[in-house]
Amino acid sequence: MLLKKTKQLENKVNNFLDIINDAGPFLVTGLDSYFNDDEEKFDNYLEKLIKLENKADGIRRNIETQLYEKTLIPEARADVLSLLEALDDIIDRISGVIREFNMEIPDIHPKYHKNYLLLSEYAQNAVDQIIRASRYFFNDPVEARHCLPKVYHWEEEADDISGELIRNVFRDPDIGKLSIKLHHRMFVDRIDRVADISEDIADKLSIFTIKRSI
Amino acid sequence: MILIYLSSGLFLGWSLGANDASNIFGTAVGTKMVRFKTAAIIASIFVIIGAVLSGTGASHTLGTLGSVNALGGAFMVALAAGMSVFWMTKMQIPVSTSQAIVGAIIGWNFFANMLTNYNSLIKIVFSWVISPVLAAIFSMLLYIFVKKLLQYLSISIFRLDIFTRAGLIIVGAFGAYSLGANNIANVMGVFIPSSPFHTINLGFIRIGNTEILFFLGGIAIAVGIFTYSHKVMKTVGNQLVKLTPQSALIVVLAESLVLFLFASQTVHQWLVAHNLPAFPLVPISSSQLVVGGVIGIGLIQGGQHIKYRIVGKIITGWVTTPVLACLLTFISLFFLQNIFEMEVYHPVDYQFNPAVTKKLESKGIKIPQSADRLHFRNSRQVKQFVDTCNQISSDSIHTLLEYSRQDSIYIDPHKFPHFKDEVADWFKPGEIKALLKLKNNRYTYKWRLREEYLKSLNISSQNTESSHLGSKLDYIYQYFSLKEY
Repeated sequence: MLLKKTKQLENKVNNFLDIINDAGPFLVTGLDSYFNDDEEKFDNYLEKLIKLENKADGIRRNIETQLYEKTLIPEARADVLSLLEALDDIIDRISGVIREFNMEIPDIHPKYHKNYLLLSEYAQNAVDQIIRASRYFFNDPVEARHCLPKVYHWEEEADDISGELIRNVFRDPDIGKLSIKLHHRMFVDRIDRVADISEDIADKLSIFTIKRSI
Repeated sequence: MILIYLSSGLFLGWSLGANDASNIFGTAVGTKMVRFKTAAIIASIFVIIGAVLSGTGASHTLGTLGSVNALGGAFMVALAAGMSVFWMTKMQIPVSTSQAIVGAIIGWNFFANMLTNYNSLIKIVFSWVISPVLAAIFSMLLYIFVKKLLQYLSISIFRLDIFTRAGLIIVGAFGAYSLGANNIANVMGVFIPSSPFHTINLGFIRIGNTEILFFLGGIAIAVGIFTYSHKVMKTVGNQLVKLTPQSALIVVLAESLVLFLFASQTVHQWLVAHNLPAFPLVPISSSQLVVGGVIGIGLIQGGQHIKYRIVGKIITGWVTTPVLACLLTFISLFFLQNIFEMEVYHPVDYQFNPAVTKKLESKGIKIPQSADRLHFRNSRQVKQFVDTCNQISSDSIHTLLEYSRQDSIYIDPHKFPHFKDEVADWFKPGEIKALLKLKNNRYTYKWRLREEYLKSLNISSQNTESSHLGSKLDYIYQYFSLKEY
């Protein structure tokens, strides 16, 4: 009976991680459809993302309630809840980026599309690695620590490319208006924030894994 | 009146339950892995089972240290031990009831002019030193094993939580059983020689007077667990919160194993039978075992978490607690005897006669002819005689005391039918029949009765221990003794 409930809880955590993982590629595909002016696809991605975001919120709340009601993992409960909330921030941020593209319709010159897509890809890679590390955290804390350097690597790559992008935009004579330059910076920062959140979670995980070892 | 005398022992039991249950369920309750109510019920049940079923081993060793033979004395010994524990706990020294009771018994020995059995004392002190070390070694080994096992199995955090909770409950039950078995001697051991109870035969089960005492002591411990241990558990749990629940489980298991080894007669007999070094059956301190276990884990993690001040405090406790209890007992006995005019001990006489001399010669102890018919009023006088007599080695003092001790035992035929009823499902028919052959006999020395009884059973005297006749003989001595304790 207890093991059955435990199995259900494990499934819920896995579902939650799957949802965050599934949301990662929407950053690249969403931006790609935006740059190609494929409005239908873009709206479709946004709709799917919002659904995933709501689903993730629901599962997270359910897990939180179960952990508190059944007083499970009292020693690690705060860490687990903090991890789940931080992971939830990832999907919130991804859906936020796509929604902001939809609302603000930034004017991005085609010569920057490639770098924007590259930045999104690096951020997505950081998300993939942090999800992998999080999965290990629940089963094998030692292995989780091995994944963390990869998160830091992709976050650094994302920082580099976002720095390069902003530098180029502000030096670009083709973009005359400061408002457009600032708009660029805002969107680059928003996408880079996804990688930054992954890095913050990695920092937390490195502590949580130490606490989890007996 | 009996309950008033026993009250000090029951108080000691209460404080043992209030303090020592936290060494078993403290971390589990403090970290909310196990609910207090669950912990208290399990601890109480298993403490009582351990005390009643396996409490005799450790109490026997305490009995050899000094046999407190008057209820008044036993009352004061337990009270002084309880007061010492209370005092030392106030001074925040991880104190042990075992150390307090040993000091108190020695205090009684001094007051009653009884000789302290230094062999037993050395055995007991050695156990105090070795038991935390053993707990540290066990926790280190268990830690390595569990760590490897968890790495190999990759159990999810939620399953590990369930397994750890189950482990804490199972190991807690084992720990409570071992605590009851090992520590009941501290609570009720001093009352055994002067036990006011008689064996109860319920037909399907025979409850001896010692078991009744231990049952009462177990109940007192259980009351201590229910009424006061929650507070202590919360404190202990928070103090040890640096340990993960898995490490806490390892510490409790190491502690329980050591308690069990120092309490289990079965393990003791098995080790002796296989010519292995056996653990002395001695009451030890569960608080110090926990500290030993935590230090073991600290050592394996690099030694940076070890609080050496606590180690120092333990060593201080080994010395100060018994000394304090000894002094307190001596002074209190003086007041009890001289101001309240209560009997705190029954004098035990010793006398040599040709039969004793011959018996001792067969044991390799030669008594000079001048000592024939010499009468001693207490064991200290015997010791003084041995010290002045070059012919007798001082090592043989306890053998000498055993064979020259005067008792008064009469195998009263009128008592026999009742005796037969009481021991019907304990003694074999042959053993009852053999005793019946000795009816109307009077014995001044226990060993004479033992020899004649074994003779009528056709057993050689060397086989007494292995044939489990020891406890039956003790019961016969007590049942037919003419001395009123």
